[in-house]
Amino acid sequence: MASSIATRSTAGTDLPPPLKESGQREVFCGLTSIVWLHRRMPDAFFLVVGSRTCAHLIQSAAGVMIFAEPRFGTAILGERDLAGLADANEELDRLVDQLLQRRPEIRTLFLVGSCPSEVIKLDLAKAAERLNRQHTGRVMVLNYSGSGIETTFTQGEDGALQALIPLMPSSDQQQLLIAGTLADAVEDRLVGLFHKLGIDRVASLPPRRSSELPSVGPGTKLLLAQPFLSGTARALLDRGAELIRAPYPFGVEGSRAWMAAAAAAFDVAPARIAEVLDPLVERGQRAMAPHREALAGKKLFLLPDSQLEIPLARFLSRECGMELVEVGTPYLDRQLMAEELALLPPGTQLSEGQHVDNQLLRVRQQRPDLVVCGLGLANPLEAEGMATKWSIELVFSPIHGIDQASDLAELFARPLRRRAALSFA
Amino acid sequence: MELTLWTYEGPPHVGAMRIAASMEGVHYVLHAPQGDTYADLLFTMIERRDKRPPVTYTTFQARDLGGDTAELVKRSIADAVERFKPEALLVGESCTAELIQDQPGALAAGMGFGELPIVNLELPAYSKKENWGAAETFYQLVRSLLKPQLPTPGAPKPDPARWRTEGRRPRVNLLGPSLLGFRCRDDVREISQLLASYGIDVAVVAPLGARPADLQRIPTADANVCLYPEVAGTLCSWLERQFGMVCARTVPIGIGATVRFLRELHGLLDLELPAELQPGTNEVCEAECRSRLPWYSRSVDSTYLTGKRVFVFGDATHAIAAARIASHELGFEVVGLGSYSREMAREVRAAASELGLEALISDDYLAVEAAIAQAAPELVLGTQMERHSAKRLGIPCAVISTPLHVQDVPARYAPQMGWEGANVIFDSWVHPLMMGLEEHLIGMFRHDFEFVDGHRSHLGDGAAAGDKLTTESPAVDLTSATALAWSAEGEAELAKIPFFVRGKVRKNTEAFAREQGLAVIDSEALYEAKAHFSR
Repeated sequence: MASSIATRSTAGTDLPPPLKESGQREVFCGLTSIVWLHRRMPDAFFLVVGSRTCAHLIQSAAGVMIFAEPRFGTAILGERDLAGLADANEELDRLVDQLLQRRPEIRTLFLVGSCPSEVIKLDLAKAAERLNRQHTGRVMVLNYSGSGIETTFTQGEDGALQALIPLMPSSDQQQLLIAGTLADAVEDRLVGLFHKLGIDRVASLPPRRSSELPSVGPGTKLLLAQPFLSGTARALLDRGAELIRAPYPFGVEGSRAWMAAAAAAFDVAPARIAEVLDPLVERGQRAMAPHREALAGKKLFLLPDSQLEIPLARFLSRECGMELVEVGTPYLDRQLMAEELALLPPGTQLSEGQHVDNQLLRVRQQRPDLVVCGLGLANPLEAEGMATKWSIELVFSPIHGIDQASDLAELFARPLRRRAALSFA
Repeated sequence: MELTLWTYEGPPHVGAMRIAASMEGVHYVLHAPQGDTYADLLFTMIERRDKRPPVTYTTFQARDLGGDTAELVKRSIADAVERFKPEALLVGESCTAELIQDQPGALAAGMGFGELPIVNLELPAYSKKENWGAAETFYQLVRSLLKPQLPTPGAPKPDPARWRTEGRRPRVNLLGPSLLGFRCRDDVREISQLLASYGIDVAVVAPLGARPADLQRIPTADANVCLYPEVAGTLCSWLERQFGMVCARTVPIGIGATVRFLRELHGLLDLELPAELQPGTNEVCEAECRSRLPWYSRSVDSTYLTGKRVFVFGDATHAIAAARIASHELGFEVVGLGSYSREMAREVRAAASELGLEALISDDYLAVEAAIAQAAPELVLGTQMERHSAKRLGIPCAVISTPLHVQDVPARYAPQMGWEGANVIFDSWVHPLMMGLEEHLIGMFRHDFEFVDGHRSHLGDGAAAGDKLTTESPAVDLTSATALAWSAEGEAELAKIPFFVRGKVRKNTEAFAREQGLAVIDSEALYEAKAHFSR
């Protein structure tokens, strides 16, 4: 990426160096992002070009829902494709024709790269260009990679949004652009609050319809709602947008700072900001109180998954009084995480990357009160007597904003409450 | 390339994982990219297991591809053996690792683990699938563990009735049950109880719950029971060839099949057939009364089930069993039978031709959906995938086979095999259908504000399944190219047909109209067609 994001502060100087580990990583690949992106943009279709493993992954994750109309599928490579006996491009064209015939209402088709397609170096970007020419006016064909070798879980969304950026119209008008998937109700609420603060034009990426992309340009001020959008942020800056530096909108404190930073970027007077936000802050803190009671003093261990771990750890320690044992993240973008790192309690042990067996040894040694981890580990750890919070839920839940702070805290308090509530014999 | 919206089976390494995770003391080192650990969730979430599957993944990333991935494999193998101290080690690749060809099995063999049995799995991910992977892994594992016991060629075959001279009860192995199989947990219990009630012991159950040492005891049994041919078929044939072990091949799903299975096994073991298993008067075999299905199915409440049109799809074993139960034991009319198990296509074709059908052998979800739409059934017995098609087409559906999801690994006892399995099957297949009284009343009065067309009030959701089969859609075009117009009055008459047979009536009427060269279909044409097809 050409642009860089200047680091503002001496963030994280109170933190010990992060533990960097390599070994088995128990994480999802970026293809998993399809599981929520297909709902955010119902007029888009996600066609993975990969193997049966890729198809199996997505349906294992999403197949418990029953679809009258599938929103995703896989072009499964066969031996003929690998042996070069079939022209991969012709094959892809044929499949896309077949698909569009079944689903004529699709407006955007994402060709999603996988490990097999990348290892054999199938040029999906070129294929997308070609298919675009063939289907001009009917459907936009885009490409991004969700492969495990390149991307971890939420990084798939980063890839998908980057693919949309070249299609965004250029415009110099003053606007606030929120990047990162938000639940509909949360989006409406946040946009309403920005209007109240006097910011009239607020746009979202991704939009609810893939064909209604917001514009971008020198008047655009970019506010990241999700911490995993490194590539998207840089690509938007390349289009002239200006990044608003803020912690992420989790919890009362983070959300207030996030909204206030945006308001300040639009020269809203501090008095007005306080007038709009402070009542929310007061109410939010009131709603948090019972959860704080359940969580305060409890030891928390977060395993790497989504890059949400650092903002969540900040929220759970500062606003819920939890004690951080280890905060794992699959990937640490120090520049985009600077504001968050500055807010972490001194001495917080970060870890980047993973050696899952070693990390589980540390979990067992420390016996935290709550472990945030993926579903491959959650039940086994519960069976060892540890309370867990499965992390994937955090990307499927409305957790952004001041009004959602208590709901977010509740997600972590619930497993503890449940353990206390259950008794047998 | 092949367009897949839903896949009936996972890749073959998932089949290998099923064998490893079903067993104790076996570890599997899988050369696979970051992200392939998703498969752990199949076991921790769908099977709700309380421990991690015994699988170590190399989880290589793009940056590793520039370096020495073979070194990474060796490190992972050494680490796994040191940490988990397995009694047998499986080594293999996932689809992406297959492309970079590090030969992990050969690497493991050269690492000097002494006595540790190492099985090098060669599972071609781009041509084979999950069940094949499971069958191959199970076979290769047992083969390497039994190598020292192989009888010399030409040695006499063991006598299946040697239990008598040895003065003990006969004993058999139950081969094939595994995690992520359909209801294997309870099938094993049901069949073990069933065999015990006839004085037959179970020697080894495998792979589910077995250790490598148990597999080494396989030849001590008098016979094998191949409960799941998709997983154990290859192994049972090999044991028959190499060890001369006889094998019961009838899969005891359904009343008739359970009786046939017991007769077959008694024959193989040279056990005297108890009176209750012999055909009695009126063709009723005493033993069938141990299940409630025969009486429930004979009782008058079930009369309305007669001739209900049902489409059956699943793995070969469950599809064949379901078709037989549906046609012979519930009185349905099977209007479609198919399977995604290409390895057992011949058996499915044979079962279909007995029903006067042509079997659909396909793993293409869209082809299955089109076949369902074409057959216009009133009930679909299929897999988790058929629930999608059935929802789209508005047809009641019950799951009879993998692929499954979490709701088909229930807490309650829910076998498919044996007497209790038949009870479970009766309940779960009849449940999605509209209840008899409601069916009558909706046929008589169509203007109700609550009990509307397609409504199944016993399901509680009140969702009207609607008339989707008769709605044209680009993917599922029920009519041929010939344009046929329905008059408004004809349409109105069609709407009076109860919704679950309306699709069939529309198709029949249109076929009749085409045959007769009618340009417009009115109510008379509909009744003409009705009379025509009732012949």
